[in-house]
Amino acid sequence: MTKPINQAAAAEQFLQDPQRAQQYDQILWNARLRRDQAAASIPEWEQLREIASQIKEYTLTHLADYLEQFEANAKQNGIQVHWAKDGVEHNQIVYDILNTHQVQTLVKSKSMLQEECGMVPFLENQGITITESDFGERIQQLDQEPPSHIVMPAIHKNRQDVSKLFAEKIETDPNNDDPHYLNEMMRQNTRPRFLKADAGMTGVNFAIAETGSFVVCTNEGNADIGANVPRLHIASMGIEKLIPKVEHLAVFIRLLSRSALGSPITQYTSHFTQPKKGGEIHLVIVDNGRSERLGMADFWSSLKCIRCGACLNTCPVYRRSGGLSYGAVYSGPIGMVLDPTFDAKKYSNLPYASTLCGSCGDVCPVKIDLPEQIYKWRRVMAEKKLLSLPRRESMKAAGMVLGNPQLYRFAENVILQKVMKYFPLLFSSKILNPWVRHRALPTVPEQTFKQWYIKNRQPQNTQKKTQKNL
Amino acid sequence: MKVGLFIPCYIDAFFPEVGIATLELLEKLGVEVEYPLDQTCCGQPMGTNGTQQQASATERVFVDCFKDYQYIVSPSASCVYHVRANLDAIPQTSEVQNVRQNIYELVEFLHDILKINHFPGAEFPHKVGLHNSCSAIRKLGTSRPSELMIASFSKSQTLLEKVKGIEFVTLDRPDECCGFGGTFCVFEEAVSAQMGYDKVNDHFRNGAEYIVSGDMSCLLHQKGIIDYYKMNLKTIHIAQILNGTSR
Repeated sequence: MTKPINQAAAAEQFLQDPQRAQQYDQILWNARLRRDQAAASIPEWEQLREIASQIKEYTLTHLADYLEQFEANAKQNGIQVHWAKDGVEHNQIVYDILNTHQVQTLVKSKSMLQEECGMVPFLENQGITITESDFGERIQQLDQEPPSHIVMPAIHKNRQDVSKLFAEKIETDPNNDDPHYLNEMMRQNTRPRFLKADAGMTGVNFAIAETGSFVVCTNEGNADIGANVPRLHIASMGIEKLIPKVEHLAVFIRLLSRSALGSPITQYTSHFTQPKKGGEIHLVIVDNGRSERLGMADFWSSLKCIRCGACLNTCPVYRRSGGLSYGAVYSGPIGMVLDPTFDAKKYSNLPYASTLCGSCGDVCPVKIDLPEQIYKWRRVMAEKKLLSLPRRESMKAAGMVLGNPQLYRFAENVILQKVMKYFPLLFSSKILNPWVRHRALPTVPEQTFKQWYIKNRQPQNTQKKTQKNL
Repeated sequence: MKVGLFIPCYIDAFFPEVGIATLELLEKLGVEVEYPLDQTCCGQPMGTNGTQQQASATERVFVDCFKDYQYIVSPSASCVYHVRANLDAIPQTSEVQNVRQNIYELVEFLHDILKINHFPGAEFPHKVGLHNSCSAIRKLGTSRPSELMIASFSKSQTLLEKVKGIEFVTLDRPDECCGFGGTFCVFEEAVSAQMGYDKVNDHFRNGAEYIVSGDMSCLLHQKGIIDYYKMNLKTIHIAQILNGTSR
């Protein structure tokens, strides 16, 4: 049986190193500030978000048609299209293609979908050597850690961490943590692998139905190396990546990088339409729970997500927890609504890792109602009886007291006014009462508002009534 | 105009002075106010945890207390938002729907319904940091969320600007959440406390003497942090300033 991920405990662990935690928060907050600047520079920003949302909603509600149109056009262009119902099928299809082409070494760029499918460990088990071409992903690969952020996978590491890791894994100078040096050493480590790879893999940011082409956005141009150097290019895409027309692409390209990093556009926006001479492009279109999600009345619009990571950068809880604390492929607000669709029990605590502050919903370039979905997931968790014992029992008690005016008055007059007032030590145990670990207890006033009101307003009311009666 | 006053449980229990200031302020402005004595809570804690079943009795009590009022006013944005948007653990009769439509947060009520332009006798010669709660900003829409590229406005600041002597400090992260989050503050204690500390520190660093807010729950949490770290900073509810009784 899977045990629910304890995000709160992992976050507490993350905060044990205050300097690192503060740095992490500030770096991500700076990304949010750059996003604000970039968004403010476009007068029609809010209109763009609305249009993007509508395009995605329209496409998602006509998805089958657009998928067929896309497939037909892609095939016509010479792209070989495969369909996978889940991660297992996806991995098998990819392996079969690699096997047919006798591929031993593979270079791949970032793909959250391939992450979702657990593709890398599967292929490595089959004896294929894989090199991540995104710098951050490569760091994570060397450290055998999953990405902690959708677009900045190693953002939780500082340069000292990277220096130490590289010294251990690719024999760099352990006393040199200069980013330029580390960058250059990584280039020397990976460049030969890129040039000799038998095949390249990428993800897909957008697939355009009317042209049958797909678009991959990176800042390092690393996807292009993988796609263009080897003869074989395999791309994986979720069914929700579709947009109807090229003209729609402009809307998303304007939003994507501005929301993610605050830059006007990713350094590389590469369109793949047909294989090069003598080469092959295979595209694996993956469901992996997406059509089921599309059928969920409360959660289907999460499929609008373009994986920009803006909701992570703005989330005050994510910034103080670290992406790895979520124990899932997707972290932060979007993770809280996607992860439970894969395994409700395992991720039953995630929707509670939020104050419901609402920032994620307002920052989202495609207007996913993330706070509302997080809220609704909590109802699902309660209905599925997946709440932790303390949460369940405390809510039962609260519901009982607050649902009964007499009991509430008793609790206030006795527990608060007598017990808490005269025996505050009962409430000051840091083990029993988490409130006091970093917070003082509030002082108990002489009287409650209710008591004051009865004393100061009720007599008048009673008098008035009595006078009237007389 | 008869107003039913809803004083949330934590204000009733820990901050009676905020309830008193709210009541006195409304009375001063010529509003007839009643405080139904059987009220307990809006049901938000149970609702926010997803436990609808546990929320229903409380929501029933709430509706029974307030069903006869033309307006329901409360000095708490998060409670008002819960009633308005999420009080749905009980059958949605017309009575329930009326209650949900008629509830206003104090700042909204003063700004949008009463349209108050001055607060006689209100004077507060202090530097304040304004803490608009997340519920007020992003749920009730009483000020511009920094994420949205729309014209700037803040109803609470508009009201406070009418108070003599008040001075506002500028925060580094004006609308970052303080980390209270209801039961979040105990179930995610570490993150909550860190957020609270960062928030309070933002006010302190920028020279605030007081943190003023329309949400006492945020201030309960922030005051807990301030007192724990013995910081030279005070908290005050907006009703206390507008009422001219900063007791």
